[in-house]
Amino acid sequence: MAGFWNRFRKDRLAMGVSFFLLLVIGLAVLAPLVAPYDPTVQNIIDKFQGPSLAHLFGTDQLGRDVYSRILYGGRVTILVSVLTMIVTILIGTVLGVIAGYFRGTVDDVIMRICDIMLSFPSEVLILAIVGILGTGITNIVLATVIAKWAWYVRMIRSIVIAFMDSNYIRFAKVAGCSTWHIVRKHLLVGAIGEIAVLATLDTAAIILNISALSFLGLGVQPPTAEWGMMLNEAKNVMTTNPGQMLAPGMAIFLVVAAFNFLGDSIQEALNPKINKGFSTKRYSLLDSLFARKKAVTQ
Amino acid sequence: MKHYIVKRLLWMIPILIGISFFAFILINLSPSDPAEVAIRVNEVTPTAENIAQMREQLGLDDPFMTRYLTWLSNALQGDFGNSYANNKPVGEEIAKALPPTLYLASVSLLIIVVISVAAGVLCAVKENSITDKTMRGIVFVGTAIPGFWAGILLMWLFAVKLKWLPTSGMTSPASVILPAVTLSLGYIATYVRLIRNNMIQNKRENYVLYGRVRGLKEQTIMKHVFKNSLQTSLTALGMSIPKLIAGTVVIENIFAWPGIGRLCVTAIFNRDFPMIQAYVLIMAVLFVFCNLLVDLGSVWIDPRRREA
Amino acid sequence: MRVLLDVKNLSVTDLRDQDEIIHDVSFSVAENSCLGIVGESGSGKSMITRALLGITNPWLKSQGAAVFKSQDSERDLLQEDENTMRKIRGKQIAMILQDAMSAFDPIAKIGDQMAETFVENKNLTRKQSLTLAKEALGLMNIHDPEQVVKKYPHQLSGGMLQRCMIATALAMEPDLIIADEPTTALDSINQGQVVEEFKMIRQKMGTALIFISHDLGVVKHLSDRLLVMKDGAAVEYGDAGDIFRNPQHAYTKYLIDTRLELTESFKKAMRKGDHNG
Repeated sequence: MAGFWNRFRKDRLAMGVSFFLLLVIGLAVLAPLVAPYDPTVQNIIDKFQGPSLAHLFGTDQLGRDVYSRILYGGRVTILVSVLTMIVTILIGTVLGVIAGYFRGTVDDVIMRICDIMLSFPSEVLILAIVGILGTGITNIVLATVIAKWAWYVRMIRSIVIAFMDSNYIRFAKVAGCSTWHIVRKHLLVGAIGEIAVLATLDTAAIILNISALSFLGLGVQPPTAEWGMMLNEAKNVMTTNPGQMLAPGMAIFLVVAAFNFLGDSIQEALNPKINKGFSTKRYSLLDSLFARKKAVTQ
Repeated sequence: MKHYIVKRLLWMIPILIGISFFAFILINLSPSDPAEVAIRVNEVTPTAENIAQMREQLGLDDPFMTRYLTWLSNALQGDFGNSYANNKPVGEEIAKALPPTLYLASVSLLIIVVISVAAGVLCAVKENSITDKTMRGIVFVGTAIPGFWAGILLMWLFAVKLKWLPTSGMTSPASVILPAVTLSLGYIATYVRLIRNNMIQNKRENYVLYGRVRGLKEQTIMKHVFKNSLQTSLTALGMSIPKLIAGTVVIENIFAWPGIGRLCVTAIFNRDFPMIQAYVLIMAVLFVFCNLLVDLGSVWIDPRRREA
Repeated sequence: MRVLLDVKNLSVTDLRDQDEIIHDVSFSVAENSCLGIVGESGSGKSMITRALLGITNPWLKSQGAAVFKSQDSERDLLQEDENTMRKIRGKQIAMILQDAMSAFDPIAKIGDQMAETFVENKNLTRKQSLTLAKEALGLMNIHDPEQVVKKYPHQLSGGMLQRCMIATALAMEPDLIIADEPTTALDSINQGQVVEEFKMIRQKMGTALIFISHDLGVVKHLSDRLLVMKDGAAVEYGDAGDIFRNPQHAYTKYLIDTRLELTESFKKAMRKGDHNG
């Protein structure tokens, strides 16, 4: 563990990105305190103003301050995504650990259920659930969790199984440690690194998903600010004011890129490459994810 | 191999039954009464009477198993009931909308394969060169860009500003370009990375060393490496086919493409349950079959697994 | 006898940490003779031959001189460019690797892989190459070359694959064959067979041979001269028979003694068995 933190701290780019994300999340949480304007207040006279001191990112088609909308939008997009990720990973970890640790019938049952869930394409599932329950941000979260939990159970189960094979867990069992103790002190501590990688990359994916659904109009409803929804509104004025597409799209892109980069960096810090000068740098992650995913979906 | 095929086909049966069951139950999970929804969609105020009438019309008061089996047997014949929105047979609407989506997905697949393979091989052969590093930078950006943002930016650039391509609809042969390219972007990024890393891994294998030792041309050796990488890459590419088909929703929305994605979103807004049900069922079945074909294909390609 | 390969002061340095992996090694190989290179794992025995052939990892730098005197020319292998080296590899100097199973492309047939060597190096057509491959396999006492040629690597045993590699090398009719631990990955029965085959090669074809192994017993049967490696440096070098009878260096003594001990206790155990059985 200590090794991981040392390597991570040395990676200046990763530290920079982490600070950026902390800043972003901080702004999202503190939006009501930090935003200069109320994001829903309209001022048609002032519409489509360019960036200025009064309006850092200008105003939109209804005269609302874009900067404030980005801040409040970030609140929705990021916090909702993080929440979804936490719930999915929690379910995934609990069931994955149970299945991977105890094996046997419990494992079989859980895996069969996952198999059936995974035979539905997740996009279809999400659309179906939103279709039945109705639109709105809560339903999107619910739909995403329902569509994704099975994948996480499988991923975490395979991580757990890989760890179970390691000697120190065997020793702990032989030494007579209780199940709960082994799970808490050894398994989770060892697996937490890989789960953290999953969590960061997952957050990025969920942000993309949720903003896409809002873009379609299935998520938040106007006048709430949300990055995907803002892009939808920008699309409608594309011919006259294409500049509106910049801020929300850029915001999504930067945050998603940051989370992806963070996930890769954590992966790097967990498994340092041997040939330093000729490293294949940060692009081994998807590779290993794919390798695992293949093993898991076979 | 044969044993494997049989096992997979047998396993399909419970999965298909499970899918149909789930697709059917879907409606019953709704907090609102389907009958009420059906009435509201047509902008009629629901009253106790017309609700009861609608319930009878839709057969909602029959016992569960009867409804399930009726629905299933109808579905197998292509009858998915009528849309709540316009009372036209759902089956027809879907049959009309499926070809454009498949067309879009196929063109995207072609673009993905051609560009990913070309770029992936190039990067692997010139490992760690400037070309490689630039490409990896582009790939990184590609995985973070939201598809819908890229879509509207491309639309603005090529259709609005430059006026080279049509903005929407399926009007001319050229109108598939923007949607297909947008759809491919995310996948290209993933597969360039995959193919590149695969080939680089294979480059480190012992048979590459032996090839060099025998005095083979670098080209010949790379052909071996490429064929080996193709196997895993092909499996991954194949797995993305159903994803492509299911994932056209956003793109169809942006470019007003008349496919099933758009159909589904409209159905969601209209709370058109029969349409949503049919969509789920058909897409899930398509998904399962595509996965099966890809799985069988990947076993067949590898001579080591063909016998096991 | 004419000297085929003359290596002087060969050093290999790892550029990443400036570690000298091979330190100032010199030896020579005469036409029609066999040089055995022995040492423990990590002593650098394989690295020497890789450096000679120019197939080391890009972060390793070779220094020194390795003059190769073939029929028509005299070259310093360490100074030549990749293109020239590629022409020498396979044709004039052939190499046999340790792990036969992984040395072949798993998704291509053995026959095709053997044939492509001939197509590229001897400029034959594919058909001619395939015929040559089958002939070469016949030379190795393989019973059914027709069948073997159609198989994939995983369908053949390690010993069989090893012989395919040897057959490929032989068919090229090189001046020098480098065998890198050809018996290590095999069981003892196959080991014996491979050693017999090398003996036959030496007798019939007069190819020079560099035989690398950590197994002294195997090396003893084949080598004229011996090079003993330890930690990247040459510890003893000279006539094989002399060294075995009268090892000069402590390490060589240790290797021989340990080996003899093993053989002795084995012989003792066999004798005991005879008495009891």
